[in-house]
Amino acid sequence: MTTTIAVRSEQAALPNIARPKRAFPWKTFLRGAIIPAVVIALWQLLASNGAISETLFSSPWNILKEYYELTKTGELPHHLRISLVRASLGFLFGGGAGLLIGLLVGMSRPFEEVVNPTVQMLRTIPLLAITPLFIMWFGFGELSKVLLISLGAFFPMYVNTFLGVRNVDAKLFDVGRVLEFNWWKRTTRLVLPAALPNILLGTRLSLSIAWLCLVVAELLGAESGVGYMIQDARSFVQTDVVFVGITIFAIVGKLSDSIVRVLEQRLLRWQDSFKG
Amino acid sequence: MTTTTTKALLEIDNVSKIFRNGASTTHVLDRMNLNAAEGDFVTVIGPSGCGKSTLLKIIAGLDTDYVGTVSIEGRKVDRPSQEKGFIFQEHRLFPWLNVESNIAADLSLSKPDVRERVNELIKLVKLEGFEKAYPRQISGGMSQRVAIARALLRKPKVLLLDEPFGALDAFTRAHLQEALLDIWQKNRTTMVLVTHDIDEAVFLSSRVVVMDAKPGRIKSIIPIDLPYPRKRTGTAFQDIRTHVLRSLEHSDTEEPSYTI
Repeated sequence: MTTTIAVRSEQAALPNIARPKRAFPWKTFLRGAIIPAVVIALWQLLASNGAISETLFSSPWNILKEYYELTKTGELPHHLRISLVRASLGFLFGGGAGLLIGLLVGMSRPFEEVVNPTVQMLRTIPLLAITPLFIMWFGFGELSKVLLISLGAFFPMYVNTFLGVRNVDAKLFDVGRVLEFNWWKRTTRLVLPAALPNILLGTRLSLSIAWLCLVVAELLGAESGVGYMIQDARSFVQTDVVFVGITIFAIVGKLSDSIVRVLEQRLLRWQDSFKG
Repeated sequence: MTTTTTKALLEIDNVSKIFRNGASTTHVLDRMNLNAAEGDFVTVIGPSGCGKSTLLKIIAGLDTDYVGTVSIEGRKVDRPSQEKGFIFQEHRLFPWLNVESNIAADLSLSKPDVRERVNELIKLVKLEGFEKAYPRQISGGMSQRVAIARALLRKPKVLLLDEPFGALDAFTRAHLQEALLDIWQKNRTTMVLVTHDIDEAVFLSSRVVVMDAKPGRIKSIIPIDLPYPRKRTGTAFQDIRTHVLRSLEHSDTEEPSYTI
């Protein structure tokens, strides 16, 4: 009665579970660094030759010195910490709400019909147009800033989560039914992981918008934060400090983006898509 | 048309389904009666559009828009549940889970009893060494075996298979048929298989149900008493094959395509 099952060759060879290794990580890094390095070198050269005014354009060296000074006095860490807290809080509230509402709207059509048109309408209003209202309602305090950032961070998260849920393979829902998934399991075991690529994209976009809104909020009126530092330096024509502010935004922005990308690589290992 | 066996596990009693599309009405299923005993291997075969997949979805509880009753162990089927394992034509694994997590699905592998059962099943479907592989890294035949293991982990009363090997190449298909037979003989799970492959039907089942299209209904039920493992090239096998083929061929001429 026993049927022997032929052991096929596919069972002999283990598939390559690890991703194909990307060529030396340093190489990737160096390739990305070419353009910034050239720009910085050129800038320094022109500034030290006197070809461009150091007062207006500063120079990489002066900016570095300014970094050192501001860190030593504790001014930069102070402003940076405040800015980071604002951006994180705003991202957490806005992104969290976007994820939650995006999920609900994605999973329920009646909910979509009620909520989505309004959200899409609000989405088109430029944030800068709402800022005066926020200041009138909530003053110049932390609340108006965090709310403004939340509002900005909400939309990319919402749109991408919604899209991600709607992209879930409908056939998998039948599997969920056969396996007797309840609403909670369907959400956490099926919809969330399937929509994860879009949710992570939403996270990246949301983070960058949060950063952008932070600057808007801080430039419009604040007594602290990197945006305030820039604004303050501008009135004293301290170009070096302005550049410190700008570059710190770039660095932190890139860093937060990189963190999400590492997350993407970890969490989306299962994806079978073109990798360039 | 009803075949009554010692103990009916699955009872399909007078099931009809009508599909309306504007003015036209199609009898997808017309007064189907079919029973399956515990440990039975029933194969439903018929031309495309005869409603065999619909029948399977009704048994699974995935389709509830019909008249008549379907019951398992005397309980009426009204929704999908784990006691009715379902294997789709495509494997439908969760692409973000590796093989063992796909088998466990919503159950936790850190629980010793789940772990143990999953390991047993991996052995049963011969996937040792692939526990950590993702669906994209394994072949279609292997994926389908994972899907079978996922269903079996839930200890189904009946395993419903909807043309499970239809999308595979001939070699993999033959191999999986043997694997399924092996699983059936070890577990004695009641199987209901839908296929359009006569060889597959004769090779696997203890009974072949031949269906007629438009309206979809049972044409004949052919018991197969050949001992397992069956030789596809044997004369007895070929005789039964011819018998099934003949009763299939009768299908087309009798009824008008549509009944209004």
